[in-house]
Amino acid sequence: MTGTLMFKLIQLIGKVSLFAFRAIVDGVRRPLEGGQILRQLDEVGSKSLPLVVASGFALGAVMTLHTRNTLVTFGARAVIPTVQAAAFFIEIGPLLAGLLLAGRVGSGIGAVLANMRATEQIDGIESLSIDSFKFLVAPRVAACVLALPLLTLFMDFAGLCGGFLSEFAASHISVQMYLTRAFAGLQWANFVAPTLKTAIFGFIIGTVSGYFGYTTNQGAQGVGRAATNSVVVSSLLIILADVLLVKCIFFIFPETAL
Amino acid sequence: MSERPQASVVFDGVSKAFGPKQVLRDVSFAVPAGKALCILGRSGTGKSVTLKLLMSLIKPDSGRILVEQDDVTQLGEKALSKVRRKMGFLFQDAALFDSLTLYENLALPLHRLTKKSQAEIDESVDRVLGRVGLAADKRKMPAALSGGMRKRAGLARALVLEPKILLADEPSSGLDRITASEIDELLLQQKREHGTTILVVTHDVHGARRVGDLFAVFDKGDLIAFGPAEEVEQSEHETARLLITEH
Repeated sequence: MTGTLMFKLIQLIGKVSLFAFRAIVDGVRRPLEGGQILRQLDEVGSKSLPLVVASGFALGAVMTLHTRNTLVTFGARAVIPTVQAAAFFIEIGPLLAGLLLAGRVGSGIGAVLANMRATEQIDGIESLSIDSFKFLVAPRVAACVLALPLLTLFMDFAGLCGGFLSEFAASHISVQMYLTRAFAGLQWANFVAPTLKTAIFGFIIGTVSGYFGYTTNQGAQGVGRAATNSVVVSSLLIILADVLLVKCIFFIFPETAL
Repeated sequence: MSERPQASVVFDGVSKAFGPKQVLRDVSFAVPAGKALCILGRSGTGKSVTLKLLMSLIKPDSGRILVEQDDVTQLGEKALSKVRRKMGFLFQDAALFDSLTLYENLALPLHRLTKKSQAEIDESVDRVLGRVGLAADKRKMPAALSGGMRKRAGLARALVLEPKILLADEPSSGLDRITASEIDELLLQQKREHGTTILVVTHDVHGARRVGDLFAVFDKGDLIAFGPAEEVEQSEHETARLLITEH
């Protein structure tokens, strides 16, 4: 039983890896799918922006509410903005943006591609001598890779805004003071490396959801299954990848380890 | 099986199974260029699979499938793409891309596969949509089209690259008699005016007899009858006689 499960898991990893490799090759092979990538950037990026900003803002506000009392008790009121910025830029922003996008975009890509498979639209594209993988999958993966770091920036700043408003309500701190304290303990590496790592989260979301959607063959039932699998597997892989990426960042930029 | 020199499509000993289910068993036939073959049979007997095998959307387990002398079972992606350009496929539910307008559905292959200018593409799309009576609807999304309009739109997309071979999977299913007759007329027109070889999978005997020059009858994965209507009517298989007879 366990052996069979392991075999299936290894088989899935192999298939998704090959799928990911093909996505990279087709993504850079001419003709580049510029129009399709822009269309998908709108779908992945612009349409996710309200969710990302609202979530970041709310989480930023709540985080300050939770941490404030403890920090004040220990006489560390001045570091509230620093803690907020460090937490958001280094970990919460990138990870939360990745997980939110895995839910919204991952399920969308999985369901759309699975529906296209079920309604023979993918066969329709192939019958027109158009490479359906290059036309449908590669642009979605590229859009996820490009959109995630940008959305993470919005998530980070929305979180900072939420934190500021929460702190302002309690202590009437000025914006200038808040920002000065927020960025006091941070280096560029604390900001750039974690933001760029979300491109890998985007690659995971695009590839995994693309795989489940594109390869389904179970008709309408497969659409729901593809959407669910896309969210579950990409979320899990993002969390696992995050652990590895944090270790890599510490290795490359040792000064970022707080 | 001997290949006819002018055969546009040849199936030679083709078999296909999905898991334990044998869908096609050692099927052989040839369709001369410019002729219309209507494929009849009960549901689940491998009719649609035949068309998908021809378009190489699925691969056979054994046998050869020739499209104008090219064996599609042996071709790589690039060569296959060239052969596919000779064919147009009208899918059962039209399979239009639901995120694109009708115009974009037709213009997409022209943009990607031809060197036509934008003006030429517009002209081609308008001409084909005009032929199927949808010129006024080109800005509509597929979801806004009725069943009959979707079929005609699917036909227009199948014809936009001016294929030598047209495959149609149940072009009249789910349509009223008048709309179905209009689709049949469009297929006939395509055969008469452009000499297109047509393969139609259908349950509509009336339409089949109007469009078809040849008839293939499938039963449980076997090709049980093949030939002109008069020959199939004399078949030793009762299923073939029943399916070709108009009631």
